[in-house]
Amino acid sequence: MADKKNRYNIRDHAATYWENSPKWRRVSMSIAFIAFFYALPFLNNPLVNTPGSDFQSVLFYPVGMYVLMAIGLNIVVGKSGLLDLGYVAFFAIGAYTMAILGTHTALNFWEILPIGIALSMVAGVLLGTPTLRLRGDYLAIVTLGFGEIVRIVAVNIEAIGGPRGIAGIPTPPDLFKAKFTILDPKPYYWVLLTFTLLVIWMVRRMAARRPGRAWDAIRQDDDVAQLMGVNTLKYKVWAFVLGAAVAGAGGVLYASQILSIVPDQFNLNVSILILACVVFGGIGNLWGVILGAALLAFTPERIRFLSQPRILVFGIALVVMMNLRPDGILPKKKREHFDPNWKSVEESGEGEIK
Amino acid sequence: MRLEIKDLHVHYGKIEAIKGISVTVNEGEIVTLIGANGAGKTTMLKTISGLRPVSSGQIIFNGEDISKMPAHKRADLGLAQAPEGRGIFVGMSVLENLEMGKYNRKDRKSEMSEDLERVFHLFPRLKERISQVGGTLSGGEQQMLAIGRALMARPKVLLLDEPSMGLAPLMIANIFNIITEINKTGTTILLVEQNAQQALQRAHRAYVLEVGHVVKEAKASDLLNDPAVRAAYLGTGAH
Repeated sequence: MADKKNRYNIRDHAATYWENSPKWRRVSMSIAFIAFFYALPFLNNPLVNTPGSDFQSVLFYPVGMYVLMAIGLNIVVGKSGLLDLGYVAFFAIGAYTMAILGTHTALNFWEILPIGIALSMVAGVLLGTPTLRLRGDYLAIVTLGFGEIVRIVAVNIEAIGGPRGIAGIPTPPDLFKAKFTILDPKPYYWVLLTFTLLVIWMVRRMAARRPGRAWDAIRQDDDVAQLMGVNTLKYKVWAFVLGAAVAGAGGVLYASQILSIVPDQFNLNVSILILACVVFGGIGNLWGVILGAALLAFTPERIRFLSQPRILVFGIALVVMMNLRPDGILPKKKREHFDPNWKSVEESGEGEIK
Repeated sequence: MRLEIKDLHVHYGKIEAIKGISVTVNEGEIVTLIGANGAGKTTMLKTISGLRPVSSGQIIFNGEDISKMPAHKRADLGLAQAPEGRGIFVGMSVLENLEMGKYNRKDRKSEMSEDLERVFHLFPRLKERISQVGGTLSGGEQQMLAIGRALMARPKVLLLDEPSMGLAPLMIANIFNIITEINKTGTTILLVEQNAQQALQRAHRAYVLEVGHVVKEAKASDLLNDPAVRAAYLGTGAH
């Protein structure tokens, strides 16, 4: 069909090519992609360089960090359809865990990381269990409040630095000869990329199995999902907690790189910007979300030479994009007809959340 | 008695939608609740399946009071509902929708092909549409899918909410034939309908609901000939 919309459908073409490729080609392409991203800090191309800020730093924050957070938020917003406007709270909890434990105890980064993730998940359960019974706008308002509460609590507790925050956060110990110092963002970027790949792997596994099917059902019709015997609250809390864990891990790593944190870094703008990444890239589609986050984080840095008006230019670019592609850059596939030979969940085995 | 509802009261905020309704459904029966818009028919079904909280009263299923049980657990016990307005998953294929029907059953893997076969036998159209996405089906096909999906759970009691709504007359007759057939294979059915003519012809017993009360309870065939019911729900024209 010479449908005009189909001609621009990068995703479908790429997906078809991928599905028709033999296994060796998929594996080698994946390896090439991953290798490319690990080598990215060495790329010295005037097109992608960021005048006004260090390219390698930009790769870690904001680009890499926003990609990781957008993937995490996509589990909540894109997969299960829960609008979370306070996602930054979990990032803050991870960062503060690193900052407090790093400055007050002898624990190093790798020991604090699981604690930071665990605390974010606990916060996810505490916030999720009572609030996920709410729907739509109400949930958005409660999560927005939660994001602000975490920041304001941090501002008001003198023991954790109050509005001045915490300084002197230790860097991670050396790992395979890579030294983590303030001057060299490359090792941080590699750790972050490794986290991101692990999260992508986890999300893809879950989405193809029973939890993914439950999230699909909940997003499409919460009531009917319950009628099918889906414990919707359990799966919603799980989506929330997994998203929180991703943000918490990001927060721990972020704090160990930036070395000092203040509460105002974790304001509402961050939540909104990450949500914008998800929507801009294509809500629900993992690759779209990654691309969207990378673009949204990178563009303001790339046009930093414009100095003052750059945010205006950025805003105009966003408005234009959302008019041209209202479903995002790489929207989720709109399924009209299925491949009759596709494998169902029950045939392909399953991973279950107990 | 499969299902017994005792003096049920349900509120939406301060408004009482169900004002003390008692209904019994015996094993193997088709029982229908008929009534006009706003009589509380859909609220009754939603409350039985657990989507609405009970204000007071009891819902007893197989001798167990389930009025406080969350909806997904009631599904596990053998209550399946084909929701109002053909609540199918519009973004899932027909097969995926049917698989969702037994999402939580322990033996879903071993039962799957047998139950799919049974549903496709009742609704051959669904087999033709197996890979098509739910949102692209016609209204009648969506209704078939909603009923078929409910059957996938091997329910003891099937709750049907206005299966004829918005369908063409031929499709309505078709759906009601299939409902009768499902009942003959041993599934107890509680049917909520505005199409009183069809519902009363198919059901064994019926309850007439008006603004949250049961105003009449009788054998369905008796109600078909009841002058008051005929005037209120069946019209006076030829049928």
